[in-house]
Amino acid sequence: MKKLLTLVILFTSTIASAGTLVINSNQSGESSMAGFNSYVEAFKAAHPEVTVVVNEFEHEAYKTAIRNFLTAESPDVAIWFAGNRMKFFVDQNLFMDVSDVWDDAGLNDLMASTKGSLTVDGKQYGVPWGYYQWGVYYRKDLFDQLGLNVPRDWDEFKWVCAMLKKNGITPITIGTKFLWTAGGWFDYLNLRINGYQFHMDLTAGKVSYEDPRLDAVFDHWRELIDPGYFLEDHASFSWQDAQAPQINGEAAMYLIGNFYVPTFEAAGIGDQMDFFQFPTIYEGVGVAEDAPTDTMHIPAGAKNVEDAKKFLAFMSNAGAAGEWAKIAGMLSPNKNAPKPENRFSIMGAKMLAAADDIAQFWDRDSNPDMASAAMEGFQEFMVKPDREDKIRARLEKERARIHGAL
Amino acid sequence: MTFWERNQLKLAPFLFLAPAIFIFLVYVIYPIFDSIWVSFHEWNGMDKDGVRGTGKPNWEFVGFKNYITLFTDDDEFYVSLFNNIKWLVFSLLAIPIGLALALFVNQKILGIRYIKSLFYFPFVINAVVIGVIFTWFYNPKYGALAYVLSFFGLDPIPFLADENLATYGIIIASFFPGIAYTMILYITGLTGVSREMIEAGRIDGASGFTMLWHVVLPQLRAATLIAIVVTLVGALRAFDLIAVMTAGGPWGSSEVLAYKMYQEALFNYRMGYGAAIATILFLIMDIYIAWFLYRLFKNERSEK
Repeated sequence: MKKLLTLVILFTSTIASAGTLVINSNQSGESSMAGFNSYVEAFKAAHPEVTVVVNEFEHEAYKTAIRNFLTAESPDVAIWFAGNRMKFFVDQNLFMDVSDVWDDAGLNDLMASTKGSLTVDGKQYGVPWGYYQWGVYYRKDLFDQLGLNVPRDWDEFKWVCAMLKKNGITPITIGTKFLWTAGGWFDYLNLRINGYQFHMDLTAGKVSYEDPRLDAVFDHWRELIDPGYFLEDHASFSWQDAQAPQINGEAAMYLIGNFYVPTFEAAGIGDQMDFFQFPTIYEGVGVAEDAPTDTMHIPAGAKNVEDAKKFLAFMSNAGAAGEWAKIAGMLSPNKNAPKPENRFSIMGAKMLAAADDIAQFWDRDSNPDMASAAMEGFQEFMVKPDREDKIRARLEKERARIHGAL
Repeated sequence: MTFWERNQLKLAPFLFLAPAIFIFLVYVIYPIFDSIWVSFHEWNGMDKDGVRGTGKPNWEFVGFKNYITLFTDDDEFYVSLFNNIKWLVFSLLAIPIGLALALFVNQKILGIRYIKSLFYFPFVINAVVIGVIFTWFYNPKYGALAYVLSFFGLDPIPFLADENLATYGIIIASFFPGIAYTMILYITGLTGVSREMIEAGRIDGASGFTMLWHVVLPQLRAATLIAIVVTLVGALRAFDLIAVMTAGGPWGSSEVLAYKMYQEALFNYRMGYGAAIATILFLIMDIYIAWFLYRLFKNERSEK
């Protein structure tokens, strides 16, 4: 078997001789692919000496495929995600340290806002290419009808919910069938109540799930659950299913990522929709936002490291970087990239630029098995809030198994 | 005579069997032992010589630890096991329903062939499609079930969002292809039922249910056996409908062993733990199949 493997590697290394750059990409959606291709084309024009070969993977299948190709047959560049998802491979020594690319291409300055999410022990292991905001997408027409204003703090938020509910409108739509949407609620409540550092300690497994500081998070969450502000039977719905009530005008608000925009624009309610930042809960807690960042990395087994570094460094080209993010419906991490044109992207860019800290998202910041166990617990809590103690004890047991006793 | 000519008759069967045996060994027997071996380890699916971020090795021998954790410290394992039992028991309901349908369509009426093929149709549809259709059917807001219930003035039942109902909701969906399959088995069985015996039964005064129970059913024993085996093995393998309809939820309450194995091994990067679940599932199936084959051979022998 080992012999066969070396044979394969020898074989591929002869094809992938100097000048050929192999990239594995998960940009399989229509607009994502178009965005990525525009960047590749711009790179080719700037570096005609490099032959670029792109291997396209389906987005979900890529998540399992990457573990195989990083160990068996590495490409020169792999697309992936920042935060813990990246750290997993850094710990396995499967991603190369690219701090020199950051220094040489001036990325430290150009991409200062996202640098933290690519850094492990002071070294950078990848280059970001796009990110997007999370926040509350709401039906402005429904708010206007009832004379409601955008809530800025928790009391106003609850009041808005109460008014909507009183008028027969579901205040908040959500579909928790695939769990992660519940993770978004936990992220924001915890970030607004306990702040960024505590949240990061929790996702890193350094804080107990039975820690009294989390009581407030679940208590606040309950203030929305008990009066029935969330869509009924949300465990039956996927995040896409949960769009329907809002598109039909039966639900008013949706805490979700900016990837929701193309759907409601296509459904013809683009003009009725608007966006607001998740409200403040405690004064004095720094403002942190969820902004998942998508990235590029050089696998440790890459053959053409020189050209791979050129490809990553090309992100300093504000035009090409901006175009990629724009077509893919994301924000560019390059601060010189042309400003976004979509209304929601503009609001997102402004909000994130003013944020004190950026989190990746519950299931990107946490260890994979902790993330799924916790999100299952959040879903259960949203339906059976009385089980809070039992759920938190179970999560703590899981945390101790994964990260060790505190 | 050469060696080949002398032994041709003896060797030929083995030569013909060789490719199949080779594939069976490589793709069935070897993986069974390999996953039993993996189940004694903690492994995250990465390079076996590597080290994790926490400093622990990727691949580490832990003896029976995975099994001990499963049985003593994992509530979800018992939920899954219990759900598997629900599947085993309730999916058998497809058999009498299939028999009833087979008796119903086994009549000489104009156009009955088309009706037969309509009833068989669900078996041809991909399980994923059936899962999607039933998810829509159960949708408590816009689904057909909610509509029918509201017609009777009842509130919608969120089948797939209720921890006590989700598994039953999925089992009902599995009836859709399951009934079609048992029906086709019984239709073929019914063509073999001896007319003389039915006549004789009639003369002796049997009719209706007594005729079915004492005359027809004993002759359908072969079909019933196959129906039971296929249904039970299908119940133990239940996976695709669960993945599509609930993804194991709400909060893991509709998981079965096969789904939990997939979840642990491929999503949570716990290969060893997943392999331990697979081994348990394998043992359950093994015991059941051994018992079944034993019964089958015993019955055949007593007939001779």
